[in-house]
Amino acid sequence: MIDTASRIALVMMAIALLLNLWRLLRGPATADRIFALDTMYVNTLALLVLLGVWRGSPLYFEAGLVIAMLGFVGTVALCKFLLRGRIVE
Amino acid sequence: MVEIIVSFFLLAGAGFALIGSIGLARMPDFFTRLHGPTKATTLGVGGMLIASATHFSTGPGTSLHEVLVTMFLFMTAPVSAHLVSKAAMHLDGSFTEERRGGGDSTREDAD
Repeated sequence: MIDTASRIALVMMAIALLLNLWRLLRGPATADRIFALDTMYVNTLALLVLLGVWRGSPLYFEAGLVIAMLGFVGTVALCKFLLRGRIVE
Repeated sequence: MVEIIVSFFLLAGAGFALIGSIGLARMPDFFTRLHGPTKATTLGVGGMLIASATHFSTGPGTSLHEVLVTMFLFMTAPVSAHLVSKAAMHLDGSFTEERRGGGDSTREDAD
């Protein structure tokens, strides 16, 4: 039962990531692209947690935690660059 | 019984993440697009982490990695959304024309 639910959820997450990629490539403003990239980080975190449940391995959490931290730092750095023109002041 | 709970939370989490991404792809301007991922996708990841915590807590011992990821994500998602919206306020092209000024035609002259 978990196997079937995981397969369905994997397809849904793949569609979600493709929609985010479409907004990342198309988005009219730069902020749209940054926000689509941030959403892709969050969706990839969900996909890794789902893979961990599906494969029965607890090793995916560390990768998920690293992706969450890198996504936050990357989004903050890109927004600071848009606002100020430099990242470290 | 545990399998039913895990499957339900997996499907609910994936559904909320998909709804948030559809909102990101379909909404008309940037400040409405901000709503989908900040709320629905964060809730989707939360549901998936609940499913994972339930799944890995059935054996000996409990699994508490997920609480760490949940707390970190729920603290950082509003901050990053706030920063992106603050950056978008300073750039052109993030409003569509009918939403600029909320229909009040005198506001554009005011600022």
